Amino acid sequence: MGNEAHTPDAAASVDFEQVQSTGQFQELRKRHRSFVFPMAVAFLLWYFAYVLLADYAVGFMSTKVWGNINIGLILGLLQFVSTFAITGWYVSYSNRRLDPIAAEIRNEIEGHEFDKHGNRVSGVEK
Amino acid sequence: MIGIPAAVDVAALKDTTLLNMGIFALFVAVTMVIVFRASRNNKTAADYYAAGRSFTGSQNGTAIAGDYLSAASFLGITGAIAINGYDGFMYSIGFLVAWLVALLLVAELLRNTGKFTMADVLSFRLKQRPVRIAAAISTLAVCFFYLLAQMAGAGSLISLLLGISDWGGQALVIVVVGALMIMYVLIGGMKGTTWVQIIKAMLLIAGAAVMTLWVLAIYGFNLSNLLGAAVDTANNPAVLNPGLQYGKSDTSKLDFMSLGLALVLGTAALPHVLMRFYTVPTAKEARKSVVWSIWLIGIFYLFTLVLGYGAAALVGADTIKSAPGGVNSAAPLLAFHLGGPLLLGFISAVAFATILAVVAGLTITAAASFAHDIYANVIAKGKADAGTEVKVARRTVVVIGILAILGGIFANGQNVAFLVALAFAVAASANLPTIVYSLFWRKFTTQGAVWSMYGGLAAAILLIVFSPVVSGAKTSMIPGANFAFFPLSNPGIVSIPLAFFLGWLGTTLDRRREDSAKQAEMEVRSLTGIGAEKAVDH
Repeated sequence: MGNEAHTPDAAASVDFEQVQSTGQFQELRKRHRSFVFPMAVAFLLWYFAYVLLADYAVGFMSTKVWGNINIGLILGLLQFVSTFAITGWYVSYSNRRLDPIAAEIRNEIEGHEFDKHGNRVSGVEK
Repeated sequence: MIGIPAAVDVAALKDTTLLNMGIFALFVAVTMVIVFRASRNNKTAADYYAAGRSFTGSQNGTAIAGDYLSAASFLGITGAIAINGYDGFMYSIGFLVAWLVALLLVAELLRNTGKFTMADVLSFRLKQRPVRIAAAISTLAVCFFYLLAQMAGAGSLISLLLGISDWGGQALVIVVVGALMIMYVLIGGMKGTTWVQIIKAMLLIAGAAVMTLWVLAIYGFNLSNLLGAAVDTANNPAVLNPGLQYGKSDTSKLDFMSLGLALVLGTAALPHVLMRFYTVPTAKEARKSVVWSIWLIGIFYLFTLVLGYGAAALVGADTIKSAPGGVNSAAPLLAFHLGGPLLLGFISAVAFATILAVVAGLTITAAASFAHDIYANVIAKGKADAGTEVKVARRTVVVIGILAILGGIFANGQNVAFLVALAFAVAASANLPTIVYSLFWRKFTTQGAVWSMYGGLAAAILLIVFSPVVSGAKTSMIPGANFAFFPLSNPGIVSIPLAFFLGWLGTTLDRRREDSAKQAEMEVRSLTGIGAEKAVDH
């Protein structure tokens, strides 16, 4: 039973283990993970800190700051702000640090593998 | 009788039935034309399931917002804020923050490795058959819970808007809604469904924006005054503080933690949201989709904060609770208070359209999962041609449509936001651990995936069955019986960590090793997009 998740394509004959071991790919993976993992941990901690405060520190959250606006509402709205900010940050990081290197790897493989008529010409050369 | 009524007279709503139906009929007519036009190019499986991968990031992002801003968000959250104040607001925060999980960890990698369904990704480097079956079963389970929630919302809305309060009449309208939905999906496929979502999302956001500005204008664009008015009407300053709904006891506080966990981890594991990432041509467009949907959804939830407290101040919690449709009627009642029958007609038509569109999205996801994962890859062992597969998918649409109609008739009257939270818990338990492990953990094995998916699914569903949701409390589905030995109404806090643990345990105890070449292929593809499915040219 073959893998039905993808159709035969330009990448079908690529030696992926070889690509995986190249410095360029290792760098891409490092850049990706070193951004998304700490960021995921950070926003989850911030979210759960907020939920715990709302759950167990009702008095603190109910403290009025300005008119009827209390700390709970401000922290809640800050969750919105942080979500929008992380979104923008990730997009700019991807555009600058991830997309160019991913495109480079892709071009090298898909470019070397096939000539413009779609005939396979060579394996991956590094 | 155009004009702002001094107070909401629920009985007067019946006079507007004809207008409501007229506006709704107009929406159906316009969208049907669009669906017919969109269906002209439906030839291949990629057309039918993934709209030929031809949508742009902003179009798909709007459609995702349309999928996500279901009746639960609009009616459920507005109602929850109107009645429980701050605790209702916390639903929307969980629903929004959850998108960061999808953005950072799932969307692009999934787009790069899959083709049509969630199972494509999960079974990429593991043993096809067991993993596909497990992923398809959990997809169907999550879609079923979500469908129940939407159909329950349809019931409450109908009772309020059309003045139909007898069981048979409501059932008839649910049948009509279900039949329309089946037509959309059969004719339009993913492309038609996506267009319906886009139109509906724009109408919903525009309608909510108008109401928000209106409410703010009444209070001189001063949020503090609005909150003060909500306190005055409720005669209870606690509506501004957390804890009104969940602060009663240690159990309810724990329940709130459980809900928070399910909300934040559920979104990135909802099959009908994941499937939307396949309708765009590249991973970069998938990223753009998520960014669009985060902005639209975030702004919409800010509107619901104003609408919820606005309903609390202008309509009052007591009027809302006693109206037909209960909690879910807060937004329509507020619309009636503000803009009379015309605004009510518009808002209720949008709410109907919301249910219709979300149900259509869920149905196509469930049908794709059955036809692509179970039929084509397991029963026909990958030998079915695409034409037969799409034929099976279309038949599945009809079956699921009928199940949704029956479920809707019986789930009529349940709290919508709450039912959706259960769907999130099931998704976060059954799907998320395997998605994360298979994308990021090199050593993850088939046994780990199967243990985690079945374990998470079974734990979530069993804990719901033995919770106060089903028995042992006044608000239970079966109030007479009591077999509720699990005290929390949301299972997430137990079932999600358990599923993560089972994934680790199953992998550690597995003597089989997975193919390292497949792992390399998946990782390289997921990060670079090599060989990802391209847009279909017509």
